[in-house]
Amino acid sequence: MTQASAETHIDVSDLTMAYGSFVLQRDLNFVVRRGDIFVIMGGSGCGKSTLLKHMLGLISPARGDITYSGQSFVHASDAQREATRRRWGITYQTGGLFSAMTLAENVALPLQLYTNYGSGEIRDIVAYKLALVGLAGYQDYYPSEISGGMSKRAALARAIALDPEILFFDEPSAGLDPISSRLLDDLIMEIQDSTGATVVMVSHELASIFNIANNSVYLDAASRTMIDYGDPAYLRDHSKQAVVRQFLNRGSRTDESTAQAQRSGNE
Amino acid sequence: MTEQHAGFQLVHSNDTDALLTLSGPWVQGCDLEDFSSLSSQLHLGTSTHLTVDGAALQEWDSTLVAFLLQCFNHCSEAGITFATRDLPAGAAKLLALATAVPPHRLEPESPQHWLASLNPMVLLDKSADFFRQSLGFVGEVSVALVKLAVGKSNTRFEDFRQFCYEGGPRALGIITLTSVLVGMILAYLGAVQLQQFGAEVYVANLVTIGILREMGVLMTAVVMAGRTGAAYAAQLGTMQTNQEIDAITTMGISPVEFLVIPRLLALVVVMPMLTLYADLLGIVGGGIVAGGMGITPLQYISQAESALAINHLLVGLIKSVVFALLIAVAGCRAGMNSGRSSAAVGQAATEAVVTAIVYLIVADAGINIICQQIRF
Ligand SMILES: Nc1ncnc2c1ncn2[C@@H]1O[C@H](COP(=O)(O)OP(=O)(O)O)[C@@H](O)[C@H]1O
Ligand SMILES: [Mg+2]
Repeated sequence: MTQASAETHIDVSDLTMAYGSFVLQRDLNFVVRRGDIFVIMGGSGCGKSTLLKHMLGLISPARGDITYSGQSFVHASDAQREATRRRWGITYQTGGLFSAMTLAENVALPLQLYTNYGSGEIRDIVAYKLALVGLAGYQDYYPSEISGGMSKRAALARAIALDPEILFFDEPSAGLDPISSRLLDDLIMEIQDSTGATVVMVSHELASIFNIANNSVYLDAASRTMIDYGDPAYLRDHSKQAVVRQFLNRGSRTDESTAQAQRSGNE
Repeated sequence: MTEQHAGFQLVHSNDTDALLTLSGPWVQGCDLEDFSSLSSQLHLGTSTHLTVDGAALQEWDSTLVAFLLQCFNHCSEAGITFATRDLPAGAAKLLALATAVPPHRLEPESPQHWLASLNPMVLLDKSADFFRQSLGFVGEVSVALVKLAVGKSNTRFEDFRQFCYEGGPRALGIITLTSVLVGMILAYLGAVQLQQFGAEVYVANLVTIGILREMGVLMTAVVMAGRTGAAYAAQLGTMQTNQEIDAITTMGISPVEFLVIPRLLALVVVMPMLTLYADLLGIVGGGIVAGGMGITPLQYISQAESALAINHLLVGLIKSVVFALLIAVAGCRAGMNSGRSSAAVGQAATEAVVTAIVYLIVADAGINIICQQIRF
């Protein structure tokens, strides 16, 4: 990784997130570099999904700014936002596949909307994207007819349909068995590696955090702000915050089990 | 450079080996030769081995990998071994990823000709199915009602209250509008005819009897079918989609007791009240028109009073209970049997309204015939 030389892709500065008068997190400052796999960590309910929604522009911040390649997204016009969003691929925590469409139609939709491929080419590209996530031949299945892990992968296929520059995932491997989860991690890493996309994901699967992430931020529910920021493998042992070390060591309180946790984390 | 188009060239180097050379930019919008021309060229030769050379490639995106995947699948079907060389590193990795899992084969469904759906036997079969299913549902509802009567049911009173509120007070606005207008329509219709005999004052009789026995309850039922019946179907259909009904079943609760009974009872309680309200307003609506034709309010009221007999009122109320049952059954049945997608929920709502209205009209005709036979 050429981290030091990589340019800033996403810059979150002084971000305060609130639902009405309920302040969720304040003073968030972090940078995602181009080509990073960036993980947003934290306990349940600390505001990870909310942070992602802020970055996607689905919620506007109470204070602060988010810039993409140096351009403010918060203060952008609707047309600029549209243009920026077109270069993104997103999967949602609850899937977000269109239940009334087959998998092929789901993946084809962004291609039909935003490219000038002919219908034959779209069919080929859809076949390729589905093959990429291991769902070749499932074109004509409906989302209700496939398993949970398969719909996570189908959502991934739709997210990468347009060869995006940034991929946002909300808990992509939550609820999957360890093997499927590992395969999904590998898939994300491979896709990132071969397309050079920036990946921002919410996750609390330690295995996937250590496997694929090279940068992360930890949101703390108690102090309502980010308490650490950096490479998770480094934070696991060297974070100044006990909570972060504990989180990354599977919640174990003693440091004796650290080595063991490391081993199982890397399996 | 952009004038250069994405190209490929197939060379049969000897009897068994073929070389496919790719060149130019392979990106979205480039004009690309058809894959079928390649596959036919490939079949002309006797090659058993295909090598793809990507040394002359410029930029590339999904178009390239989609093409390579097609080649790969084609070759593996035709028993040709497939290899690549000098591909861009990213493309080679993506191709490896895409070919890691063999395609899932869908057993082909025998395609149905559209005429087949017009086959009378098939149609008959379908309606028989529908009928059987509906009867089964009515059976389940009856069992649940009996359980409720003996106090062993999982129906929550809180739900019942909520549905009464949603079905009743909130429907008053639209019922006010429709019933006043229907009263006026009836009065116009009658007044024009009765004027010819100089018997305008009998408009009051016509409106009162017409509204009480027929129009008040029927209009209320149609409004409720569209409003509440469709809502029931959509609610239950969405619960089906979210697996909420599965969750209820696995908690050991009968979904009919828990979901259908409170809705059904709420409608049965609310409908007669709404009908009474609609009757009153319908008669008032008729009075407005009568007033415009020179009948004084006092005349109208006394005439209406003379026509108002208890049996007319009872016929309307009995109908309202029957209609409420039919609307609730049609709505809940459609919702419970809904498929698990957003389109299926829409279909369930449509089906709820259509079946409810058909039921209403058939039942109305039936009740009228019975009343006529027993001179009620
Ligand atoms: N639309 C909303 N309105 C008000 N509060 C919300 C809303 N969505 C989420 N919250 C609250 O914000 C907090 C963080 O939610 P979320 O970002 O989904 O957490 P997580 O970190 O588990 O993804 C929770 O306490 C939740 O109750
Ligand atoms: Mg979340």
